[in-house]
Amino acid sequence: MTSDFLLALAQAITKGLLTGMVYGLMALGLSVIFGVMRVVNFAHGEMMIVGMYLAWAGFEYFQVSPLVSLPLIAVLFFFMGYALQRGLISPFIGRPEHQQFLLLLGVALILVNVCLAVVGPDSHGIQLDSQFDSYEVGPLVLDAVRLHAAIGAIVIAGLLWLFFTRTRIGKSIRAAADNNMGALVVGLNVRRLYAVTFGVGAACVGAAGALMITIIPVTPSLAAEYTLLAFIIVIVGGLGSMTGALAGGLLIGVSEAVAGLLADPSLKSMFSFGLLILVLLLRPQGLLGKRGT
Amino acid sequence: MTGARLELIELGKNFRGLRAVHDVSFTVPAGAIHALIGPNGAGKTTIFNMIAGVYRPNAGTVTLDGRVISGQRPDQVCAAGVGRTFQLVKPFKGLSVLENVTVGALHRHRDLDTARQNAEVILTQLGLHDRRHHLAESLTLPDRKRLEVARALATEPRLLLLDEVMAGLRPTEVDVMVAFLRDLNARTGLTILLIEHVMRAVMALAAEVVVVSYGEKIAHGSPQEISRNPAVLDVYLGEEDAA
Amino acid sequence: MTIHRRLLSGVAPRILWMLMGLLALLIAAPYFIDKYALSVLILILYFAYVGQAWNIMMGFAGELSLGHALYAGLGGYVAAGLFTHYGLGPWAGVFAAAAAAALAGAIVGYLGFRFSLAGVYFALLTIAFGEFTRIAFDHLDWFGGSAGLFLKVDVAPNPFDLRGGPVLFYYVILALAAAAFVLSRLLLESRLGRYWLAIREDAEAAQAVGVPVLRYKLMAVMISAALTSLAGVWNAFYYNNLFPETAFGIGRSIEITLAPIIGGLGTLFGPIVGAVVLTGMGEAFTSLGDTLGIPGIKQIFYGLALLIIVMYRPAGIWPWLSERLGLGERPR
Repeated sequence: MTSDFLLALAQAITKGLLTGMVYGLMALGLSVIFGVMRVVNFAHGEMMIVGMYLAWAGFEYFQVSPLVSLPLIAVLFFFMGYALQRGLISPFIGRPEHQQFLLLLGVALILVNVCLAVVGPDSHGIQLDSQFDSYEVGPLVLDAVRLHAAIGAIVIAGLLWLFFTRTRIGKSIRAAADNNMGALVVGLNVRRLYAVTFGVGAACVGAAGALMITIIPVTPSLAAEYTLLAFIIVIVGGLGSMTGALAGGLLIGVSEAVAGLLADPSLKSMFSFGLLILVLLLRPQGLLGKRGT
Repeated sequence: MTGARLELIELGKNFRGLRAVHDVSFTVPAGAIHALIGPNGAGKTTIFNMIAGVYRPNAGTVTLDGRVISGQRPDQVCAAGVGRTFQLVKPFKGLSVLENVTVGALHRHRDLDTARQNAEVILTQLGLHDRRHHLAESLTLPDRKRLEVARALATEPRLLLLDEVMAGLRPTEVDVMVAFLRDLNARTGLTILLIEHVMRAVMALAAEVVVVSYGEKIAHGSPQEISRNPAVLDVYLGEEDAA
Repeated sequence: MTIHRRLLSGVAPRILWMLMGLLALLIAAPYFIDKYALSVLILILYFAYVGQAWNIMMGFAGELSLGHALYAGLGGYVAAGLFTHYGLGPWAGVFAAAAAAALAGAIVGYLGFRFSLAGVYFALLTIAFGEFTRIAFDHLDWFGGSAGLFLKVDVAPNPFDLRGGPVLFYYVILALAAAAFVLSRLLLESRLGRYWLAIREDAEAAQAVGVPVLRYKLMAVMISAALTSLAGVWNAFYYNNLFPETAFGIGRSIEITLAPIIGGLGTLFGPIVGAVVLTGMGEAFTSLGDTLGIPGIKQIFYGLALLIIVMYRPAGIWPWLSERLGLGERPR
């Protein structure tokens, strides 16, 4: 092994870690929603691209940087998620999986095709001023946009951590996710808890979308890919586990980047799906998940 | 159809280091009715689940007519001649009462028509025949308990394990169930082991009673002996309503 | 019980006559409908067929598969590969196709059931296997890789090689759909079918009354997979091309599930009714979309329709419709 190769590997790992932070934030939304409601959000990737499109539109038409529009998008997504849960998903909690699947498939179809109808099938990216900037850390070169996105994801993850550990409703959500409603705090409105949870989950994925648009351009066809990616990440990290989602995001980010370096880039998701199968069979609670029922 | 002899030899089960059942041995002779009693959490259902093949014992064996059945899968234990009910009833909710029992009868009769005819006979015996076309989920709890018994009987067992089938029944309903089981036992010689809290039923049915507490057998004898046993009074009757 | 009795017992004569009449109409249809109507009928029958195949696994045995494209794709690729490389006709190749799909089903099922994956987890496993295979086929040159596998089209019509026009494919898919209906009924009215229903309702209770649960679940997956592979073979020869992206894609898997869920899971008519409704809606929305000239509008309406159906008829259209018509096929 030459030092050139080692450097390339380190470079790939770094790149994977930075992208993986954003993946983790996206998957965190899915994990929180499942952990509390036992509903798999089959429209997760579709919500992701809506976030990407909004950030893109903000930049394209109003010259607002995604990092600035991000809080607005997150808040908007929170209310959208809240309303979606109240209006559509609420009656389906506890129903058979195939009914939830069909419901969210309907939502997914509508979201992705509204994007298609409004923006069209072409890919849309944004050119930030920092597009070609980079930081050199020792021998490593870090893309500025990727680094900023990762920092953004870390900041949001930190805020979420505060929310989940310091606020009453955040603590209840976490308790509900850990015990699947076993230790639900008395006096809390369950319906509101569910709606807030969905709102928070949606805000995570909306914010992740605003960060992701700085890294790669968006097309409607990305939606299904992100849904699958989010599934892989949360299963690998542990469905319902919040730290697991972040760690799973990093792991998948790195493995994609390394697989892209070592093998045919088109094989990178084969590796991810292989990992998904292994984890499902051997450790269905996820690499970081707690063994449960 | 005749009964089979059940023998438990030094049976033990741990759950992640916690001792649920330890060194339990007893025999139910062919054609006998015995009861297994004890406070909640004493390990009765764990013992049942080891007999029925749901759990593999960590120690000891279960034999039916001398043949080892412990360690087999539940369906194999059923094929060996053990029928069981569940404490928390498990009807096939979306199927009719008749179909529930027919599934049991299909075990010995591959043909659907024959199985259905057998199921009808059993439903008549248990007084569920007029409700045979209702969905199982629409039944009341006492009827669901009866359905559990009917479905287990449909597999034509030689040993019947009844897990609290009297719980939730009114006294008159208990008497009906007791009469049915006694008649069934007299007619067919079916061996019965029942877990029961309703002492009225235990006294009326069981020739012998095994008492477990904290996973160990603490007494074994006739109902009269048991009701006078100080150790039993201490752990069991003292806590439960002795009615 | 004879096969004849299993098929017909408890079926009202008027329903039998209605079914016979419907079949006669479908057989005569190519002689009096136009090309477009025929293509729509072909789509309906295709979805009715794969829906019935999927329904055996999910509707009867209760195992949610969101990766059935795996079996359709394998079937299509195996038969098309044998035909392109060795000139082996699909009527023989279909056996290899069904065997390959059944084997794949056995592997997915065995792993899933052996490791007790249920519900969503099992569904995700089926998706993972489908996607894994999709990417693998991108790199299998024998099957054309990501560039696709193309069947020879410049040959004389020959039903023995499944080479011909839409009418040929219409009759083949009609025969498949009708056969699947009869097979579903026969399976349901047998010990196998009743054991599946019991497992679907409560696997633990089923095992306690002597049902070898793992074996019966595996049978459901393998039969469902083998039947699905026939649709894959038909599809490959109808469209004359195969791409891993579409043949194994998640979209293909999802479209297989829709008709039975919309129509009524676990019922005999549900997948067929669902196929009629969904295909009809699809066509209507397509022409609406063409009129409006907005891309994606078709799928928006489609998504809305799915939402509305699942909100108001969560058990499917057929159980409600049959009640209305006084036919009363309960969801089993």
